[in-house]
Parts: sequence; structure tokens; C-alpha cells
Amino acid sequence: MSLLLPDSGLLFWMVLIFAIVFAILAKFGFPVITQMLEKRREYIDNSLRVAKEADAKIGQLMQEQERMIAQAREEQNRILKEAAQVRDSIISNAQAQAHEEARKILDDAKVRIEAEKESALREIRSQVALLSVKVAEKVIRQDLSSDKSQMDLVYKMLDEVTAPAKDKN
Amino acid sequence: MIRIGGTMKFGFGNIILSLAIAAASVTAYAAEPASDGTVTEAADEEVDVQEIIFGHIGDSYEWHITDIGDRRISIPLPVIVRSSTGWHCFLSSKLEDGAEYEGLYISSSEANEGKIVEKNAAGEEVRPFDISITKNVLALMINSLILVVLILCCSRWYRKHDALSEAPRGVAALFEPVIAMINDDVIKDAIGPGYAKYSPYLLTVFFFILINNLMGIVPFFPGGANVTGNITITFVLAVGTFILTNFTTNRHYWKDIFWPDVPLWLKPILIIIEIFGVFTKPFALMVRLFANIMAGHSLILCIVAMIFITAKLGAAIGGTMTVVSVVFGIFMDCLELLVAFIQAYVFTMLSAVFIGLARVHPEAEKGASIINSSNRR
Repeated sequence: MSLLLPDSGLLFWMVLIFAIVFAILAKFGFPVITQMLEKRREYIDNSLRVAKEADAKIGQLMQEQERMIAQAREEQNRILKEAAQVRDSIISNAQAQAHEEARKILDDAKVRIEAEKESALREIRSQVALLSVKVAEKVIRQDLSSDKSQMDLVYKMLDEVTAPAKDKN
Repeated sequence: MIRIGGTMKFGFGNIILSLAIAAASVTAYAAEPASDGTVTEAADEEVDVQEIIFGHIGDSYEWHITDIGDRRISIPLPVIVRSSTGWHCFLSSKLEDGAEYEGLYISSSEANEGKIVEKNAAGEEVRPFDISITKNVLALMINSLILVVLILCCSRWYRKHDALSEAPRGVAALFEPVIAMINDDVIKDAIGPGYAKYSPYLLTVFFFILINNLMGIVPFFPGGANVTGNITITFVLAVGTFILTNFTTNRHYWKDIFWPDVPLWLKPILIIIEIFGVFTKPFALMVRLFANIMAGHSLILCIVAMIFITAKLGAAIGGTMTVVSVVFGIFMDCLELLVAFIQAYVFTMLSAVFIGLARVHPEAEKGASIINSSNRR
């Protein structure tokens, strides 16, 4: 069975040819290609990694931005609220001050009115005294004939004089 | 062929190619019955299928192309022989039709059939030291040249271009995916770390087998030789794997063979099995590739020969069988295209697996021994 037995001549050539082919391809052929493929794979992997990182960074930045916007909005709200408070307090202060002022003016006015009244009363009293002296003069000058009529007149006069003073007080 | 749309054009291309291959194989092998030189009257002669098949799958000193009428058309190849009378170097056409030249002739005896022999002093046929450029050697040279040129073209592209900024074109684009697949999915996965040392050899083996397989399917001149279906070729490839497996390994591998982690009474048996295993692995590689390719060639030849056998049985049967044979031949050629790739792939993958297994890592081995010891308890 020559089919199943290695032939020496063919064996010789096969070893020679295969050795040459292997030497050439192992030196100039495959290492170049596989190295390039490896390099390219690394490059692609690297690029993908960088892209992923950039993506993550963008996501982070977006989050940061959102956070900052939210913060700014909060700040705005806070400032607005504060401003409203300040405004309210100013208004209420002013109102309180105005109330105080008004009360003070009223008190002043009351004191002055009282004083005026006192002085007016004093004037009236002196006028009344004067008038009663005048009235007494006239009565005396008129008919002081009878005792009884004189006394009636005096009482009557006195009642008349004191009645308005009592009413006034 | 299977996909539709964009690939339709290629599909048709494939069909046309296979048809062309089939048609060419019909014409090429049609002439084969007359190749034994004794056939003169084809009408009377039985078709010697065995002769056709063995003539094709075996080796020969000339490259027979076809016969036109009675004229043989073949390429004579140089015969290089060192006989008892010294070196002889001449063209094989000198030995045609059993002629004798410088004491040498092509034997027709049982033992040395088809080989160049000389008569020694006792009148017995002996084979001289024979390193003739036979059909297989020439085919090997042509295929190797094609392979080297293709791969160097590919690597030249990578040298001249920046692979990081350009997509490969031409030959590089053709080879890159295949190289990437073999290198990453087969070699790297099977061997693991340190695979780079082995990848040039395994890639060379893969493409060497692939190109020889594919050229073997081409039925006319530069192809058609049964190179990878020759046991000498597969023997050398298997020896390469054997050497690489056993001579680049570490002590753990040898420890596993000569002092395996089993109970003492099992050790002698296992050692014998392991030592057998060392040789059966490359042997299986050798026989698998040889048998597959040889069987493929034989099958296609049988199918084609069927046309000539049935031609004698009348026009109706002959015609029908011709159609059947051609259809079946197309199928077989397509199948052989697949087998050409698969066998190259399998050889490379198994070689890588054997190398990977031989590079036992100490950690892995420690883990295995822990498992073993716990199992024993």
C-alpha cells in the first residue's frame, strides 16, 4: 500500500518546502499582520474606552449643570422670600411708628385742650364773680325795701349763678 | 447563494464557478481512462475506475493533463535520482511507456509500482535514492509560491499603510478576517497566554493546508494534485505539531505523563496510556487530513467515472447518469470547498488544543490536584 506509506522523495521536498515557507512566513508574513491586528484592536478598544469615559463625563457635567440650575433656582426663591419679608417688616415698622406718632400728637392735643379748658374756666369764674358783683350792685340799687323780697332775690340770683357752674362741672 | 439581495451577484458567481469547475473536471477526468497508456480502443475497453482513481490520487513522475485521441499531453518533470551509478538527472519523458534510461525505469511490479527502480547485481528491483520533482512536489512548490506571495502581499500592505487609520484593501482585506479568526478565536483561545510564540507556525499550517486543499479541487494544470491527500504531506505537518507540542512544554506536562496524579496501582496503566496519547494525537491529525482529502478526491472521481461506465449501457441510462453525475459532481465540489476549509481549520484547532494542553499551568495543575485529593477522600 504505497498510499499509506510516506514516500522518501516527497518527504524530502515537503520538509524542505514547508521549512522554507514557514521560515519566510514566520519572519516576514504573519507576525507583521498579527501585530498590526493586535495594535488595531488595542486602538479600537482604547477609543471605545475613551468614548465611554467622555460619555460618562458628559453625563456628569449634565448632572452638575442640572444641580447648579436647581441651586440657582433655590437661591432665587430664597432671595425673593427674603425680600418679601424685608418689605413686610418695613411696612409694619412704618405702621407702628405712624401709630406711635399719631398717639403722641393726640396726647399732646389732649393736654393742650385740658389746659385751654382750665384757663377758660378760670376766665369764666372771674367773669362770673364780676357779673355777680355787678348784679349785686344793681339789686342793691333797686328795691331792697323789704327783707323778704331782698332775701328771695339774693337766693334767686345765687341759684342762677351756681346752676350753670354746676352743670359745667 | 443562500442569502438574497446584495449577495445575489456573488451567489451567481459561485454557481457559475462551481459549474465551471464541474465542467472542467468532467473534461479533465474524461481523458483519464486512457492515461494508463494501454488503452487503445475505448469502445472495447472496460473503464478501469481503480486505475483512474489511484492514478489521480497517487504521485507520478509526469503531470498528465489530458489525451487528445492517442496523443498523451503531459508535462514532463525532472527526475533526480542517486542510483548505484551515481546521480542522474533527466526529464521523465525519457521513461515514457516503460522505456529504460541510464539503467532506470518505472516499475510495474507489485511492490514498487509506479516508482523509478534499477536492477541490482542479483537482478532484483531496488529503489534508488529518489528526490525527483514529482507531480506532488511541483504542485507543492506552486501552491507554496502562491501562498507566500499572497501572505507577503498582505503583510506588505500592513508595512506600507497605517492600519490604525485605514481599512485594509485588496489581499489584506481578503486575509485579515481569516487571520484574525484563526489567531484570536482558535489559537489564542486554545493556547492561552504565550500564544504569540506559536501563532506563526499554526497560521502557516492553516494557510498551507487551505491553499493545497483548494488547489486540489481545481481540476486543471496548476491544481488538481492530491497534495494534502498524500500521507507524506500530512505526516510532515503532524510531525511539526508533535515537535512543537512536546519540545516547548514544561515539566508539569512530563510529570502528568510519567507520574500522573492517580493511586499507585493505576500509575503503570496510565503512564502507558499517556505515552500512547502523545503519539496518537499527531497520528490522528495526520490520518484525518489525509483520509478526508483523499476520500473527497476519490469520490469526485468516482462520480465522474460513473459517466464513462454507464455510457456503455446505452444512451438512455448513460444520459440520465451523466446528468445525475454532473449534478452530484457540482454538489461534491461545493462540499469539497467546505471540507477544504474545515480540514485546515480542524488541523489548526487541534494542533492549538494539543499545544495548549501540553502547556499545563502550575496553578491549574494545583487546582486539579486539590480536586483530585478531595475526591479521593
